Parts: sequence; C-alpha cells; structure tokens
Amino acid sequence: MTTATAPLADGHDLQSSAPPNVAGEGPVDLASLFEESRIQEVLDQLDRELVGLKPVKNRIREIAALLLVDRARKQLGLSAAAPSLHMSFTGNPGTGKTTVAMRMAQILHRLGYVRKGHLVAVTRDDLVGQYIGHTAPKTKEILKRAMGGVLFIDEAYYLYRPENERDYGQEAIEILLQVMENQRDDLVVIVAGYQDRMERFFHSNPGLSSRIAHHLEFPDYSAEELLAIAKLILQQSEYRFSPAAEAAFQDYIARRITLPHFANARSIRNALDRARLRQANRLFGERGRKLSRQDLVTLEAEEIRASRVFDETLLRQTPS
Amino acid sequence: MRITQGTFSFLPDFTDEEIKSQIQYAIEQGWALSIEFTDDAHPRNTYWEMWGQPMFDLRDAAAILYEVNACRKAYPGRYIKVNAFDSTRGFETMRLSFIVNRPTDEPGFGLVRQEGAGRNIRYTITGYAATRAEGERY
Repeated sequence: MTTATAPLADGHDLQSSAPPNVAGEGPVDLASLFEESRIQEVLDQLDRELVGLKPVKNRIREIAALLLVDRARKQLGLSAAAPSLHMSFTGNPGTGKTTVAMRMAQILHRLGYVRKGHLVAVTRDDLVGQYIGHTAPKTKEILKRAMGGVLFIDEAYYLYRPENERDYGQEAIEILLQVMENQRDDLVVIVAGYQDRMERFFHSNPGLSSRIAHHLEFPDYSAEELLAIAKLILQQSEYRFSPAAEAAFQDYIARRITLPHFANARSIRNALDRARLRQANRLFGERGRKLSRQDLVTLEAEEIRASRVFDETLLRQTPS
Repeated sequence: MRITQGTFSFLPDFTDEEIKSQIQYAIEQGWALSIEFTDDAHPRNTYWEMWGQPMFDLRDAAAILYEVNACRKAYPGRYIKVNAFDSTRGFETMRLSFIVNRPTDEPGFGLVRQEGAGRNIRYTITGYAATRAEGERY
C-alpha cells in the first residue's frame, strides 16, 4: 500500500524549486535564487495594488530578503533556523491592516515560509468560550485550522478584559502563546488592532509582546494617497471620474479628513459606493435616452458634490 | 509479538515526518482524519476509544500531528491509530488507517482450543495483556 504515499504537492514552494547541486563551499548565486522564487512579482503586485504604506512594504521586503538569504545559507550547510514571523499590525481604522494580512499569507507562501498559504481570520468570539472548559478546545480548533497558513486575530485587544478577572480570554491567550512558541514552523500569527488599545493590551500581556518579532505600524494616508486609492477602487470596479468629478473628490477628501469618524480608505470606499448610488439614480432619472458605455462608467461632479460633507452647516457645528 | 493491523503494518514504524506526509496525502484527498487509542488491540476489537472529535476543515498535517502528540503524551503505552474517513457517496468508510504508536512491550496473543462435539475444535484468540485490568495492560 505504499502507493498511498504522496509528496507535498506545492508548486510555489521554494524548497521544491531550489537546485539541489550546490553544496559545501561553492558560491551561491543570490540573484538566481531571487529569480527563481519570483519574489519580485509579489513585491511588484504589492506596489501596484497597495497605495502608500511605506514602512509596511519595507518590512515585507526585509522579510523576503531574510528568507532568501536563509535559503542561500542552507545551501552552504550553514545553520538557518526559521525566523519567528509573528506580527502585530497597529493603526487607525481603514489603514489596510486586514488587506495586508490577506496578502501576507500569499507572500509567505510564495517565499516558502508557510506550507499552505491560507488565512484564517478570527475575532474574540471564535477563540473564547462561554463556560469553563469551553475555551481551550475552541482555541485549539482554530489554531489547528490555521496550521500551514496564517492566523489573523482582528481586534486582538478584546481577548484581554482586565475588568473581569474570571474572563476566559486569558486562557485563550495562554494557549495562543504556547502554540506560537512551540509550533513556530507551522503557523504565523498576526494580531491587529487600533494603536492605543493594542499598546495597552501588550502592556498587560508582556509575554505576547515579546513573542511577536515584527511590530508594524500602519500610518494614516495622505490626501494624495487617498485619491490614488479612490482611483484604484474605481478602476477595479470599472468606473471612472470625469475631470470635474476628480476635482470635486479632491475637495471631498480635504473636507472629510477634518470630520470625526474618518476611517481612511474605508471612508473613501463608502463615499464611492454612495456616489455610485447617486449615479445610478441619475441615470434612472434620464430613462428616456439611450445610455452609452461612457455614461455607465463615468461618475460626474454632481454625484460627489451631493455629499453631506459639502453641507456648510455641518462644518460649522461640531457633530458628536 | 508485533501487532500488524491496518495500512503499512508490515513496514517498520513510521517516523513523524513519514506520518505527516501520509496525513497530508489524506487531507489532500478530502478525507476527515481522526485519532483513536486502545489498550486492547485484539484484531476483532473495532471499538477503539476516540481521542477528541474527528477533524474536518484542516489544511495542514501539522494540526493532526499536534493531536497525535497530545494523545501520545496522555497515553504513552497504548496503541494509537490515525484514521482517514472518506465521505464520498459509495465509499462512506475508512480509506486509510494506520498505527502511529504502540507499547514498547507487546506480549502477543494466545490461542485457546476448545473441544466441541464430534472432535470439533473452536479457536479463540486472547491477548496475554488483556487478562489484566484496563489501564494496567502495557
């Protein structure tokens, strides 16, 4: 029955794509290793599809370089212990933490660090149980599901509730720590949340903070970056601004940033969704005439200007 | 006497790496993995005890090996096997089942011959270890 044995079928795996010939003292060609791993492709895609986020992209580049050098070291028989790649993403709402986490799973898979490259996104509810003895199996279940990939814990600070000392969150954190330490080769844990709350969370759980090697801060987007994001979103959903609408949207961004509850890229996406709504309504109003392709893809300035943000009374009073 | 049950039973014991690649194969076939253990490995004993629930929705063998190791830690001196269940219509049965842990000392089985009417002989197999109480066998 040995026919049942199957090798790990993994096309992107670095291990499988490496030439077996180099061993001992021979020189290693880092450039060809780089070529083979197709890392540049991933980095290019990252640059294309994610606007801004300089510090994050730099760190990803560094990680890619490290994993590549480790490969080269292994070829020469030098010790190359798998680095710890647990990460924490902190930043304001809408700065792309979840999006980058999704990408991270793919990137680490390409780099051959995780075997499967899937992402399991969870929150407190998925990890913490409701009664004594419920938490451990629940947390382990999730951890097992994430093995071979990336576990993304969104709003991780909810795991720890200092006001209730009998809270089961602590138990989940302990199991998490144990697996993060012992099964380092099997999964990557990414915790994410808003800056200030995550800091308090790490402060009260120093064990967790020290086991996370990479603390990435997601900066807020500038107005130009937000406009670039808006264009990218439109391009992906096959819409575009008319020149007047683009100017109007620049205006919109400048006003929206100063208002409360500004959630970076998320606010932009919501604004565009509302503009599409208004555009559809406008087109519906002119039902009499035949619509061209041009009509269907173009967002006009009036759709942007109709936003609540341009309401002068709103700017004068300070809404709660 | 070394017990030979299930798939691969005439091969030497698998290393963890080999167990892992078998499990990975089963996962890729879409089979659900489960772990069972017993201290009564009689060939007709199909009712081994379950170590937790069968595991669905897993992508990587490391998760199942993690449970195997947890079971080994709790019951180091027992037989532990990994089962792979195929739920495809028409199969709906175990497709793969192999032992991943066994006691260091396996006393084997004795054959009991019972004289029946008309020089008839009935045969029974009993494990030497099974004469002791549960939990003290190996």
